[in-house]
Amino acid sequence: MEDASSARGKTDKKVVSSSKPQSKTTDSGVKVVHQHVVEFVCDSGEGAQTAGQMFGSMSARAGNGVWTVEIIPAEIEPPHRSKAGASGNRIRVGTKEITNAGDEADIVIAFNEQVLYSRIDVGALRKGTIIFLESKWRDDPLETVRAEYLEAFEDFQKRGYDVRETPMEVECLRYIADPRRGKNMWALGMLCAIYCMGLEKAEMEITKKFKRKGQKVIDSNMKLIEAGYAWATKNVPDRFEIPVRPNPQQMVVMNGNTALALGCMAAGMELCSMYPITPATSASHYLSGAFYRVGGFVHQAEDEIASIGFALGASFAGKTPVTITSGPGLSLMTEMLGLAVMTELPLVIVDVQRGGPSTGLPTKVEQGDLLAALYSAFGDAPKIVMAPATIEECLHFMVTARKLAETFRGPVMVLTDANLATGQTPFPRPVPTEEWLSPPLDQSPWPEGKPSYDWDHETGLSQRPIPGQRGGNYVLTGLAHDNNSKVAYESNTNLYAMRARSRKLHTLRKTLKPPKVYGADTGDLLIVGWGSTKGAIEEAVDRVRADGGKVSSTILRFLSPLEPGLGEIFAKFKKVMTIEINYSDDVDDKGIDAGGRRYAQLAMVLRAATLVDVDCWSDVPGSPLPPKTIENVIRRQLKM
Amino acid sequence: MYGLKQDWALAPKKRHFVLEDYEGAVPRWCPGCGDLAVLTAVQRLARDEQLIPEKTAVISGIGCSSRFPHYMKTYGFHGLHGRCLPVACGVRSRRPDLHVFAITGDGDCTAIGAGHWIHAIRYNMKMTVLLFDNNIYGLTKMQTSPTTPKDHFSNTHPRGALLSPLRPLGVTVGITNASFVAQTIDWNPAHVYATIKRAFHHEGLSFVRILQRCPHYMSTNWDPLQQNPERLSLLKHPKGIVIDEPVARVFKNHVDHDPTDLGAAHYMADTLDTVPIGLLYLNENAERYDLNAAAGLGMSAEDKLEALNRELDRFET
Repeated sequence: MEDASSARGKTDKKVVSSSKPQSKTTDSGVKVVHQHVVEFVCDSGEGAQTAGQMFGSMSARAGNGVWTVEIIPAEIEPPHRSKAGASGNRIRVGTKEITNAGDEADIVIAFNEQVLYSRIDVGALRKGTIIFLESKWRDDPLETVRAEYLEAFEDFQKRGYDVRETPMEVECLRYIADPRRGKNMWALGMLCAIYCMGLEKAEMEITKKFKRKGQKVIDSNMKLIEAGYAWATKNVPDRFEIPVRPNPQQMVVMNGNTALALGCMAAGMELCSMYPITPATSASHYLSGAFYRVGGFVHQAEDEIASIGFALGASFAGKTPVTITSGPGLSLMTEMLGLAVMTELPLVIVDVQRGGPSTGLPTKVEQGDLLAALYSAFGDAPKIVMAPATIEECLHFMVTARKLAETFRGPVMVLTDANLATGQTPFPRPVPTEEWLSPPLDQSPWPEGKPSYDWDHETGLSQRPIPGQRGGNYVLTGLAHDNNSKVAYESNTNLYAMRARSRKLHTLRKTLKPPKVYGADTGDLLIVGWGSTKGAIEEAVDRVRADGGKVSSTILRFLSPLEPGLGEIFAKFKKVMTIEINYSDDVDDKGIDAGGRRYAQLAMVLRAATLVDVDCWSDVPGSPLPPKTIENVIRRQLKM
Repeated sequence: MYGLKQDWALAPKKRHFVLEDYEGAVPRWCPGCGDLAVLTAVQRLARDEQLIPEKTAVISGIGCSSRFPHYMKTYGFHGLHGRCLPVACGVRSRRPDLHVFAITGDGDCTAIGAGHWIHAIRYNMKMTVLLFDNNIYGLTKMQTSPTTPKDHFSNTHPRGALLSPLRPLGVTVGITNASFVAQTIDWNPAHVYATIKRAFHHEGLSFVRILQRCPHYMSTNWDPLQQNPERLSLLKHPKGIVIDEPVARVFKNHVDHDPTDLGAAHYMADTLDTVPIGLLYLNENAERYDLNAAAGLGMSAEDKLEALNRELDRFET
């Protein structure tokens, strides 16, 4: 594991581009590209999110891979024309499946110049990014606004962006009185022309979107789209085509939180007990409405302690519930989490991770809760911890989590993050079956003489009595207890119970398969990741492998117990390192001595579990890691 | 029916429960502990109501009184300090078929669990909540509780409690949507029984504060009330706790009190002149959260799958 010293480079913003050409131009002047990133940015309330989602939806329906992510200001009504107020959407469209939000934008539509600065700050633009910039500010009645605009306009040009001043307002005023409500549709029409999409696709989308608002609304929106289309046809020379690969499968499109909510219902869970917290809450927003139709209830408790307490009450009574929270909520829940482990109550806990510690970065992504998930309940509290790596998995893992909670009689933690929660992408429509749903409440008589914790010596598993089961009467207690749930302080009893609870993880581990290796199963470097970084890591691995780099990656879905075979997989690579979105010490920092280096969280776990000298590269930028960042890390490692 | 064999009867009751059917482990409370009287009352109630043991769930927090579920032979949940009420609400949420009792103490309910206390009262889910108030922390060995009298010596306040005690009844009556607030004394078993029975039959959350003796750490606390019954006021009303005349005669002050009168209840709960015994407040029209929380119960798997597929339709590309 030589040369850990070059693993880092957080300050190194240099961009290494792939050596292979990414596009070609056809005779008709249409540039064929395999992926493009488009951004809409504006003040909140100007409809960029609607237009962005519609563009994403149209592309998905056409058969493109799509990933959209919202750009959301922190405040509800931030000041207009400000960096803090940027609102909008990033849409990445590709020929193949798109698994992440990508690198810098190719095209940006901005309704004012100030909001663009928020995107520049996070590195969302590159030299050559085409910016369609609303030009009305040039003639604004306020001198300060005119000056700001001109200053920014010059600055953008200096930065090497391809700025196209666009008279969006002026053009829209020919059709409507208030362009603030409609400019977004005009811009969407412009995109339709640039991306060679027929207007019939836009019309279908508009009809679907505004069906309830009536034909008049559909017509006026369509008029604006047509106008934008016509204007771009005349005034914009660029044409791009992103070829589609027909997909016969029926697809659904949603974000990770909605997928979690659907997963809860598909798992047959009927109770979600929660307390509002960003970025987890939107899952329960959808669920609270959908439960009226699918049968269930969202309990909004007075705090997170009560939410998990309520859930454990319901679990004790026989119904496996779910609680959905984020870092601060998880901290409040930990005493109850220990109780769930101790008393072996099935429960699914979803932690949609955000930036920490403390209130931290409430709306931003981080993978900083792994160790908290594993260890935050005091004492030895073994529990199952899993991490979906895609939005589709957010749905399916809930079904698995509920089954595991019941089979292994205890809490199952599901770690997602703000990146999965807010990203949207199409995936094959799931086909729920009765087997996915929780079985009906068992009210059959409890076998006579069977202890309430009838721990199997080999597996640690036991069946649990449910109130209503005659003869199963027991008193669940958080105190140390024997197999009859009787309070027992004797050391042998305590030891045996602890062994049984721990043994369950080994039993589960025996059923797991080793993780798949993406790329060759031998090489110079293996990247290990978990959760939402999967898409970006694999894309980066693809790019480096295309240049001959011997790098592979593997993504862990089970963090407790760990999937088997890691030692064997790691042994086939010269170096193993994790890439994570959490804090770790920079190995090049002179203030850090090698023995005291604090590793990224998964690296810490893997080093302890495998005794392999697993290195790490991690960062906490408050945004998803773009593939290019990961690509650069890998290239530095491989000295490419 | 004497002498008649059970299986000769026309409609034999399949199961008949006696006190032993509700008696779990032998209580390990101190001799003279007021909790014992309450345990007996609850077991008698269960027997008299013929509660099916496996359909009965007794939920508690942590503290002396929270050992209660261990001494019942029903289903029990001896959970975390302060968290009795959220757990009890969760048990109730999807199981309207169970009888739920929640056992809590002055530390468990009015200190660490105070937030849940307010909200559980407001949720008004059908259950019987018994607050064992001995004015002291017993299990952790004599620390001041929110209801400890001012100047009373404890291990955490060696010069005496610094503040006047919290009045749990005043707080409870003041919570929006409270529906049943009563008070009883552990040294009058007949009144304890009558109160718990009335509470059990209330359609909503019934909150019963039991003034309870701790022979170890609060041995003389209730002496003035025991020695001078005039300090007690027995609340009388047809809708209140109805007790037999011989029991009522023990009490010197009888007060006609309409429990549906919120203003009168506030006065009774907060007055320092006498200690009210009986039903202080009753609102039979309070909203019931448990009726909402049970939404969709009993939906068939087939209907669920159909509804789920309709949800998925919304997300089709």
